[in-house]
Amino acid sequence: MTSHTITVDGNEAAASVAHRVSDVIAIYPITPSSAMGELADEWSNQGRRNLWGNVPDVVEMQSEAGAAGAVHGALQAGALATTFTASQGLLLMIPNMFKIAGELTPFTMHVAARTVATHALSIFGDHSDVMACRTTGFAMLSAASVQEAHDFAAIAHAATLDSRIPFLHFFDGFRTSHEVSKIEALTDDDLRALLSEDQVAAHRSRGLTPDRPVLRGTAQNPDTFFQAREAANLFYRACPDIVEQLMVRFAALTGRRYRLFEYAGHPDAERVIVIMGSGAETVHETIDYLAARGDKVGVLKVHLYRPFSIAAFLRELPRSVRAIAVMDRTKEPGALGEPLYQDVVTALAEARTDGTSSFAAEPIVVGGRYGLSSKEFTPAMVKAVFDTLAEARPKNHFTVGIMDDVTHTSLAYDDTFETEAADVTTALFYGLGADGTVGANKNSIKIIGEETDRFVQGYFVYDSKKAGATTVSHLRTSPRPIRSAYLISKARFVACHQFEFLERVEILEHAAAGAVFLLNAPYPADEVWARLPREVQVQIIDKRIRFYTIDAAAVARETGMGGRINTIMQTCFFAISGVLPREEAIAQIKHAIEKTYSKRGAEVVRRNFEAVDATLAQLHEVPVPSDATATHFRPPLVSALAPEFVQRMTAVLLAGKGDLLPVSAFPVDGTWPVGTARWEKRNLALEIPVWDAGICIQCNQCVLVCPHAAIRAKVYDPGPLGASLAGAPPTFKSVAYKGLDFTARAYTIQVAPEDCTGCNLCVNVCPAKDRTNPRHKAIDMHPQAPLRDAERDNYAFFLALPDTPRVDLVKVDHKTSQFLEPLFEYSGACAGCGETPYIKLLTQLFGDRALVANATGCSSIYGGNLPTTPFTTNHDGRGPAWSNSLFEDNAEFGLGMRLGVDSHTRAARALVEDLAGPIGERLTGELLAANQSTEAGIAAQRERVRALRQVLASLAGPDARRLEALADYLVKKSIWLVGGDGWAYDIGYGGLDHVLAGQRDVNVLVLDTEVYSNTGGQQSKATPLGAVAKFASAGKTAAKKDLGLLANMYGHVYVARVAFGAKMSQTVQAFLEAEAYPGPSLIIAYSHCIAHGYDMANGATQQKLAVDSGVWPLYRFDPRRTARGEPPMHLDYGPPKPLVAEYMRNESRFRVVERSDPARFKGFLKASQEAARQRYAMYQQLAGITLPQPEKTTDDQSSGREPEGKE
Amino acid sequence: MDLRTEYLGLALPHPLVAGAGPLADDLDGIRRLEDAGAAAIVLRSLFEEQITREQMSEYDNLSRHEESFVEATSYFPTPDAFALGPFEYLNHLRRAKDAVAIPVIASLNGATPGGWIEFARLMAEAGADALELNLYRLATDPETSSVDIERQAVETVRQVKQAVTIPVAVKLSPFYTAFAHLARELDRAGADGLVLFNRFYQPDIDTEELAATRTLHLSDSSELRLRLHWLAILSGRVRASLAATGGVHTALDVVKATMAGAHAAQMVSALLRHGPAHLRTVLVDLAAWLEEHEWHSLSQMRGNMSLFKVPDPDAYERANYMLMLQGWRG
Repeated sequence: MTSHTITVDGNEAAASVAHRVSDVIAIYPITPSSAMGELADEWSNQGRRNLWGNVPDVVEMQSEAGAAGAVHGALQAGALATTFTASQGLLLMIPNMFKIAGELTPFTMHVAARTVATHALSIFGDHSDVMACRTTGFAMLSAASVQEAHDFAAIAHAATLDSRIPFLHFFDGFRTSHEVSKIEALTDDDLRALLSEDQVAAHRSRGLTPDRPVLRGTAQNPDTFFQAREAANLFYRACPDIVEQLMVRFAALTGRRYRLFEYAGHPDAERVIVIMGSGAETVHETIDYLAARGDKVGVLKVHLYRPFSIAAFLRELPRSVRAIAVMDRTKEPGALGEPLYQDVVTALAEARTDGTSSFAAEPIVVGGRYGLSSKEFTPAMVKAVFDTLAEARPKNHFTVGIMDDVTHTSLAYDDTFETEAADVTTALFYGLGADGTVGANKNSIKIIGEETDRFVQGYFVYDSKKAGATTVSHLRTSPRPIRSAYLISKARFVACHQFEFLERVEILEHAAAGAVFLLNAPYPADEVWARLPREVQVQIIDKRIRFYTIDAAAVARETGMGGRINTIMQTCFFAISGVLPREEAIAQIKHAIEKTYSKRGAEVVRRNFEAVDATLAQLHEVPVPSDATATHFRPPLVSALAPEFVQRMTAVLLAGKGDLLPVSAFPVDGTWPVGTARWEKRNLALEIPVWDAGICIQCNQCVLVCPHAAIRAKVYDPGPLGASLAGAPPTFKSVAYKGLDFTARAYTIQVAPEDCTGCNLCVNVCPAKDRTNPRHKAIDMHPQAPLRDAERDNYAFFLALPDTPRVDLVKVDHKTSQFLEPLFEYSGACAGCGETPYIKLLTQLFGDRALVANATGCSSIYGGNLPTTPFTTNHDGRGPAWSNSLFEDNAEFGLGMRLGVDSHTRAARALVEDLAGPIGERLTGELLAANQSTEAGIAAQRERVRALRQVLASLAGPDARRLEALADYLVKKSIWLVGGDGWAYDIGYGGLDHVLAGQRDVNVLVLDTEVYSNTGGQQSKATPLGAVAKFASAGKTAAKKDLGLLANMYGHVYVARVAFGAKMSQTVQAFLEAEAYPGPSLIIAYSHCIAHGYDMANGATQQKLAVDSGVWPLYRFDPRRTARGEPPMHLDYGPPKPLVAEYMRNESRFRVVERSDPARFKGFLKASQEAARQRYAMYQQLAGITLPQPEKTTDDQSSGREPEGKE
Repeated sequence: MDLRTEYLGLALPHPLVAGAGPLADDLDGIRRLEDAGAAAIVLRSLFEEQITREQMSEYDNLSRHEESFVEATSYFPTPDAFALGPFEYLNHLRRAKDAVAIPVIASLNGATPGGWIEFARLMAEAGADALELNLYRLATDPETSSVDIERQAVETVRQVKQAVTIPVAVKLSPFYTAFAHLARELDRAGADGLVLFNRFYQPDIDTEELAATRTLHLSDSSELRLRLHWLAILSGRVRASLAATGGVHTALDVVKATMAGAHAAQMVSALLRHGPAHLRTVLVDLAAWLEEHEWHSLSQMRGNMSLFKVPDPDAYERANYMLMLQGWRG
């Protein structure tokens, strides 16, 4: 027996086994399982070999359905195959899972179990996805910890070979998949000893080959199917014993003994919880605590859930048990109970029927739900479950962890109940995503794990924002293995890495009495105390906290570390926590730095070392006075002016107290109000844009590019003698409008100081320079803090100024469109996001009559992730109606919206015709014949609908009532199908293609970042040649799929490729044309992204380079031009200039190839240049093609084809 | 004709070296230079800024977004998958060494001690026959004194010398207050050669866009004079071998440089203008000129016009300046 410990997370623990025992690995990214595929890909790239000396072939597919198909094929060819997935991805695999199981194929898949989307999407953990696979015929093996995820991966791969039953090995998403823990590693020899070579050979020999052909996948009829289905029974019957035997062998190899069902607790337990997954560990910890007090309690952990062995289950359950609570981490609405509960009830009932039950008295069984979507499950909740089991009539079908004040299912619990032992150290770190806190803590955990005998656990909580996200790291170390699968509530060490957090987060809420508090503060040590809000001072005094401070930003600045304070704060942690002797800790930090960063270069290592060395001199303990002295308090999280819902719900979520909201607080169907993002003032920007009206040329480019709608323009009537500006704050700026489209109007550019993320995009696109000092532009960045209060007032005043009426715009272009109110604002997108300017533009142009179907991805996350909602309404209460269905079905979902709306419109028109008499001939005629191709036309139709409603109000009868409900559908609605390239090019392409092939009037907006941005930069078919991405770590060798050209070939699809940074006018024109086109339209929009590896402030410049070099073509293909005898294709860019090299070298995704393999880069560069030239030549020819006009017959009254479904 | 010379301890058949420039950026160009008869090739400089800035910005670009969003703990494959840092330079160096038989001199451009110096060692490991350290620096900060600048230059040379065992040449700009003193200090710090002088890509102004623009213009023979002047002053006063660079276009230029004391003459602009084959022309012309003027070898004339040996040393010193100006007026 060898013992070798490693400190890894659950994903790595499982993948490290899977990679070593597989020939073929087919994958597709989905949170929280993506890391398993990424690691497998990385290891194969490094040439790591499997047990048989071969490098596993890792292939990324277009969807999980594709991955399942690919592994099915590989398995049929006799290869050992695996895959990794979760949630919706797992659901997409189900059809193949039935086949794989039906064919008795040895196969193991690893699942980081995650919530299936219902009323809302959730990326967090529960068992709703794996429970949906119960009927597939897969064996299901549940790991409860990182160690088990490692061990059970091995057992599953061995058991599937021995049993021929495919295995679904799963562990809890996030709680286990992302928990970093110190575990004992399995060696290759361990795996060899476990896996039967004979069975491997048998599997290979069953593979399809023309040398020994057989047939599989027949179609069977009523005469045969049923019997054939039953023919596999013996294999299922044998499976539990095979797993049990393997567990025995595993124990002999490793010393770690597992069972199918594993009991822990009092030998004569009267109350037992049956549970699987990470929650079992929390129950185990609680039982250790309660049993030590003499409570007769126990836990039965379920490992092999399918095939369910009643014998093994009964064997483990103490005879003394009187009451059983079966805990399910899923919800099955309408069922008699959740799946595990039903299985346990059935098992006991069958035992009773069979006469094999040996309990003194038949135990009471109740079921309960816990932990949906990673809801906390703590010892206090476990205690509450045991408490109900002690009652004469334990509550059945209970919930625990929430307050259900509607159907009263929940158990009350005492959240002061804790089981943590005194020798467990606990530390909490509050950081900002960009400051590297989590990375440093992962590092620290590894150092402690590897350099001491202590066990370690790291768990990391992130908020849902992409820009300026808050992270909380939970670190535990213990002399014993750690079973606490829940967050730390009493920390002995608390670090706050950003001073501003003190204003909005209760940092010391979870500090234990006598804890150490480390604060990064931009003040000298003797000033820090006075700067703390009073609440914080009081907590420090009351809890007798030892208080340390450092100005980490100053140390980072001095040592050339920029904004990275991670190593500095890590050094402080080791210096004052005493986890390791100080000198040893510093040596270890440096060792870790070298290990982590040597690949990044010697300078990176040198500066990090310097930062470590400079830290200790700047770390100070602050003497704590006996009384709080501060007179300032933490400000309220949302303004008192916010609506009731925001006060009641949003503010609670923003405070991080969402767990406290009872069931009754929630909408029953996932419907949520819009426009709540405006109440969250995040104050992320250290510097904000300041407008110099004197040199501004009023081009509005800054407004168009702003990803967060945090810089806006208005043209307005200043009123007689500037009356509109009466009461303006003293620093509010207003100048005469220079355009010819309005006369005697005033103009203002205004920044939303607390919503700006400080990305600099606006400054970089500003073309107006001060001629006497060209460094100064009409927009410059200045520190936010001194400007905040005044600009907040200015912004409020600005918002209250009247908006430019849409009908007043003489023409809509890239400048005037920016006078239209954005109905998408202050989203959680990354600072400098390249996608959101397009969405914002969409809402400016059509938002008051748009329905948006949004594919899952970045845009659905910043578009609809609680706590706040960025889509909003105008003064009339109109705004985009937005929804997200799935990742794969968005085109179909959007088409459905079109069908629904068209149906309403048809019905409304028919009713208008039916009621023409009372409505009046003129109004009826106008309503039905309205030209709604312009803003004025739409406004006029809205007026008519208003008039119609007045008529209807005086009419009796069901038709009038029906028309009242449908009247708004007489106004044109704009349907938008929005998503990223992962959706449009890969997983959703089939559906998109189908929708484009039809002729319905839908507008597709593809936000093309050329990778799967949301899940972390995996390659898609939109990834360009030569770009490094996950699954293409040496640079993608295939060219980018030309989605636009494919759509062009239909002939009836409006297609545009746009890049706002290159040509704003073309972007706006394309949006207008696409919307006006009465058939399917496709806009493919270049979206710069953090996954491209450069400063997003330069996003617009890169877009321009992409277009000028011919890498990204700009064109508009408008089928309407065909009817006019013109070529439908119109190029909006010129012949490629020799700028491809410059374009590629500016982005790390290309540049890293040059670093590692210059010849390869040169090849990519040449091929990209060549492709740009060829593409231009081909497009140019297309742009010269005019098509023959349809011949007119006497029957044909229309001048062109009218797409179907158009009114 | 015996054109042999020793530069940086390297025995070269003649003094014509292809200086740091774009011709040696690919293997094809390198082979063409060898075919044209170049005695050695200096590769284009790898800049300190290139190394540190690129490392730091890469570090920042790639790590800034890591571990900050729940669905993605990173956005790139881990760096294990691709080596970061200007390693393409080293690969190029390695391939250049394989491609040609003549010495290949790597060039590193930096003026302050720092993490980039490790590249000197990496270049040596990659097979460079010598290193040309370009101390180009613009002293734009009024807080930095000439003493600081010179001290850092000397310290940089010392550190590079400690890092490698291959010869190290130091390429300098003429803009030092006490150039002769600095040259001596660099010599003492262990420089094996001094390369005179760097040429500057001076910014131009775009009057429409109100922006500074970078321009590159090629040298001509008139630029050689500044080099001749200082070669003559240093010749015989330093242990290090000397090279002229900037303005070497013709055989006569090479003769003048040698007479001023140069052990090598680097050519860039002339080769860019006329193609690598021009080097062969200069070489042939050089031999012919020597023949014609009855020199037996090039080394015979080396330094014969140095400050020590020139019949009229005033021409190199302050008196010359005075006479020139007065003569002009007169």
